[in-house]
Amino acid sequence: MKFMKTLAMAGLGVSLMAGPAIGATLSINGSTTVLPIVQKVGEAFMKEHPGTTLSISGGGSGNGIKAIIDGTTDVAMSSRFIRDSEVKLAVERGSYPVPFAVSYDCIVPVVHTSNTVNDISLEQLKAIYRGEIRNWKEIGGPDRPVVVISRDTSSGTYEVWDEKVMNKERVFPGALLQASSGAVHQSVSRNRNAIGYLGIGYLDDSVKALTVEGIEGNVENTLNNKFPVARPLYVFTRGWPTGDTLTFINYMLHPQKGQKHVQEAGFVPLY
Amino acid sequence: MIQKRHTREKVIRLFFFLAASISILVLTLISLFLFSEGLPIFSEVSVSGFLFGTEWYPTAYPPDFGIFPLLAASLAVTVLSALISIPLGVMTALYLAEIASSRFRQIVKPIVELLAALPSVVIGFFGMVIVAPFLQDAFNLPTGLNLFNASLMLAFMSVPTICSISEDAIFSVPRELKEASLALGATHWETIARVIFPASLSGISTAVILGMSRAIGETMVVLMVAGGAALVPGSIFDPVRPMPSSIAAEMAEAPFRGDHYHALFAIGMVLFLFTLAFNLIADHMAQKHKQVGAATL
Repeated sequence: MKFMKTLAMAGLGVSLMAGPAIGATLSINGSTTVLPIVQKVGEAFMKEHPGTTLSISGGGSGNGIKAIIDGTTDVAMSSRFIRDSEVKLAVERGSYPVPFAVSYDCIVPVVHTSNTVNDISLEQLKAIYRGEIRNWKEIGGPDRPVVVISRDTSSGTYEVWDEKVMNKERVFPGALLQASSGAVHQSVSRNRNAIGYLGIGYLDDSVKALTVEGIEGNVENTLNNKFPVARPLYVFTRGWPTGDTLTFINYMLHPQKGQKHVQEAGFVPLY
Repeated sequence: MIQKRHTREKVIRLFFFLAASISILVLTLISLFLFSEGLPIFSEVSVSGFLFGTEWYPTAYPPDFGIFPLLAASLAVTVLSALISIPLGVMTALYLAEIASSRFRQIVKPIVELLAALPSVVIGFFGMVIVAPFLQDAFNLPTGLNLFNASLMLAFMSVPTICSISEDAIFSVPRELKEASLALGATHWETIARVIFPASLSGISTAVILGMSRAIGETMVVLMVAGGAALVPGSIFDPVRPMPSSIAAEMAEAPFRGDHYHALFAIGMVLFLFTLAFNLIADHMAQKHKQVGAATL
């Protein structure tokens, strides 16, 4: 482990000395929610800047921020803001994480395509996830049990749900926790009793998106703050970005460059 | 010349000693790491509160670290899968070793063992996409991702282990015992049930325990098909969340060296102690009931 670290440091040293010249590598790590955005933007970035190679991997927001704290990555992707405890740890280790909002994520409740329910209120959503509404007929749907599908309590998507829908109250233990948005999509599309929630990028014809309080979860309603379950997505750098990192962040935030690809990846761009 | 040979012998011996130590060293280091990362949680929650607490809300404020639903789920999944896989595995082994022709055996045994080579993610995917909708429709359940589905998939995975080791044990029962039994007028069935099966019982027990320890530690399948609800199961069709799936699903997002992180390692410790116990029992049985030579006079 120590050996690997030394090796990584040596590599970093070499790339610093080389500056922006050919062969520089920028490592990006973190949230799997932000990953598709950075991959899309990264492809375009590498075409425009052939001298810089991006090494992108997803290991979760927590791991990304941990890597920023440890200095093992240049850019961390995160679907949540950094926690106080993480800032404290970073400052103790002599690094100062700088956040950049790169896009918005809009989280939409979804049901099976055969479900007749079209709209749901935040109150009803909360009651379903508290385990208080157990049958679809209680909210005007068919007489079938509700199967509640949620994300793991440590995922960034869950955190948004927890904040915006649950108001920090606990999801009841009978909810089926899935480890990824892909798994939620899979379970909801195959179970006619199910309700789940997905980022706007995961919506397609195989699941039915519900409107919340009569508002459709789309790009427009996210940007004008009407849709109640939306959040910004971030990247973090170790200290104020310089060199290649700065070039990349600027590219990412550019309305005609990076942000254009954000939309292609199925997320909501900043402008 | 003799001196040189002697040195060479020593070097070779040392080389093999080192090779043997490496795996022990690695195991020791991993266990040390596991315990040093897991034990700090017990300053937050008592051991009994951890093992028997029924609320698992590691990211809530304040958090609850009760793993009883996870523990119960792991045990339920393991026991139910054993109930399916033991009869299947042992009967297959008896058939292959005693009844099937040797040509048939040579074809079928590798096929059964090939089942063990199926990646667990493939079995999990099968359970999720094929078995879950089927169970849901057939039994009119709210969800097909449940305890029964997970046990069924785990049984598929432990059958090859149980079958293969049992078959070896049955096949190595001394020929004299079988011949003596037949010579005394016992039928083939009586010989299998009263002589061969008891004589190979220690091998079969070892096989069963190893199969079960595979089931309790298996992660991918339970992550995909067990449903993931942290509830103490009340029926075999309830969704559950066994220990390995909790670790796998939550570890990536748990803040480094936070309470949640330590709690997940502590679950790892519990899991490690379980598989260790299973392996010790298996080893003990294999030693105690070892068939030493044929009982011929």
